[in-house]
Amino acid sequence: MACSHPTNAPHPKANSASTTIKGGTKAVAEGTVATFSVYRGTAESGEMKTYQVPVAEGMVVLDAVHHMQANDAPDLAARWNCKAAKCGSCSAEINGKPSLMCKTRMDALPLDEPITITPMKAFPVLKDLVTDVSWNYRVNERITPFTPKSDDTDNWTLYQEDVERVQEFRKCIECFLCQDVCHVIRNHDKKNDFYGPRFMVRLASLDMHPLDTVDRLQAIKEEAGVGFCNITKCCTEVCPEHIHITDNAIIPLKERVADRYFDPIGKLKGALGLNKSRK
Amino acid sequence: MSSSQTSASSLPPLSEVKTASLNTSPALQVSTLGSTERPDAWWIEPVLSVAALLGFSVYVTWAVSQNANYHIGPFLSPLYSPNLQEYFPKLFQALPWLSPAYLVLWVPLLFRGTCYYARRVAYRSFLMTPSACAVGPSETASALYEGETKFPFAVMNLHRYFFYLALVLVFFHWKHLVDAFFYPQGVGVGIGTLVVGIDTVFLTLYVFSCHSWRHLLAGKLDCFTCSAVDKMRHGAYKRQSKLNESHGHYFWFSLAAVWFADVYIRQVASGNWHDTVYLFGQGLTTNPF
Ligand code: SF4
Ligand code: SF4
Ligand code: FES
Ligand code: FES
Repeated sequence: MACSHPTNAPHPKANSASTTIKGGTKAVAEGTVATFSVYRGTAESGEMKTYQVPVAEGMVVLDAVHHMQANDAPDLAARWNCKAAKCGSCSAEINGKPSLMCKTRMDALPLDEPITITPMKAFPVLKDLVTDVSWNYRVNERITPFTPKSDDTDNWTLYQEDVERVQEFRKCIECFLCQDVCHVIRNHDKKNDFYGPRFMVRLASLDMHPLDTVDRLQAIKEEAGVGFCNITKCCTEVCPEHIHITDNAIIPLKERVADRYFDPIGKLKGALGLNKSRK
Repeated sequence: MSSSQTSASSLPPLSEVKTASLNTSPALQVSTLGSTERPDAWWIEPVLSVAALLGFSVYVTWAVSQNANYHIGPFLSPLYSPNLQEYFPKLFQALPWLSPAYLVLWVPLLFRGTCYYARRVAYRSFLMTPSACAVGPSETASALYEGETKFPFAVMNLHRYFFYLALVLVFFHWKHLVDAFFYPQGVGVGIGTLVVGIDTVFLTLYVFSCHSWRHLLAGKLDCFTCSAVDKMRHGAYKRQSKLNESHGHYFWFSLAAVWFADVYIRQVASGNWHDTVYLFGQGLTTNPF
């Protein structure tokens, strides 16, 4: 579908949103027109439709989607909010890779072939690029919230060393790209058995918190199913906040679970009542 | 266990909907082997990993079955370390067909086989669950997948025990490095010394960048400032965490160093290559053996 309309001017925040993108970017020649192949339809039926969009300097994929909406497909459904890689709304799969549309620069994509945009395939599609991610909220409800020893916050003393691990996890913007890419959820039908990387991050942030009093190890092993993760690290690869999900959250949780459930010495100590409670 | 612990079992099941039937639209299918829209060469990494690991396995199988040319002068092939023949000579006289490597090789095999980084490589390259991110695994793999919750993969949870055994290997490798300075003609630094040194340094970096070691150092603590000992442990943990970031690189570098050290020592022992050494007080000597 050829398009004669001028490109929308990129939002000034687009540049700042894309400064940390991995891989080299290249200058785009003036007058370049990118071809997009975009999923149009619902969970039950749909097809890939082609759109052409003129590329401007600093443009991100979300700009291109806005251009399609403004000029060719006003009914194209796409969720977005901040356009600054902070609200986690614009998650989709760009050229097959789970990504934020507002953080994926056009000059980082090969423009000689059509760029595909599909919704996150691990979740039911509502329309076009919009998915129903409410399963994640149901998972979240199952996690016992932060339960400190005392609610008397005036008397809490927290040292930076003790909370910096947790601070990394608090960067999460709940884009659910990690949940989308995780093969345990995406491919293996384990939505009932495994909470997924985003919630491993939340569980780690609670379990490692010096003031939290809940013993979460059984929940991490049984209900959250940390053992279903095979540490293939795709969650870490797609996380737009660059949280070291596998190395800093999941592997430490696996080691904590091993302490109690797999370590024969730990088990023996437990049986003899020599295990100091961590909480 | 605290009474406030999550009790998810009392909640309704998380999902009645299977992924395969979530999106029935043909354009949204994800669960056939290799299904992806990625246009990049995602298959290169698994192919190279399979080639490297299979090549290494074939070489090691051949090298340990040789039961010869693994020791020359002050050098011992790392595949035969520690040298059990030196410690139990009578056993190997009685069983001359038994390669001493068979009795030691299980330690590095299990240590590397249960390494978190190696697991990532193996699950991606050999089991293809998944071969690369957002690339479909086979339907059979999907149907059988249980992660590391059941035997045999639940054994991976014992990695820390193989880490303890690997510490013994590190000790012996440093002993072999010290030995590698003591040539029959005197003390010196030869090419073989450097080869053994590179192997020792990379093995040490690989072992001490281990995730289980990170946990044991202080990762298991929730409070790093609660005692002077915890503070010290945290300091060590911070430094080790830097090393841990490159754990995958050390896995490959140390694998390559072991391989090359065996090749070098084997070639020198069989007379195909000649070592060159700078002997202190005597100068450069070629072919010291
Ligand atoms: S590392 Fe684990 S949680 Fe992350 S994507 Fe892979 S299997 Fe899923
Ligand atoms: S951990 Fe990263 S990828 Fe996962 S939801 Fe949070 S920000 Fe998104
Ligand atoms: S629009 Fe907010 S993250 Fe993209
Ligand atoms: S050796 Fe790789 S994690 Fe321990």
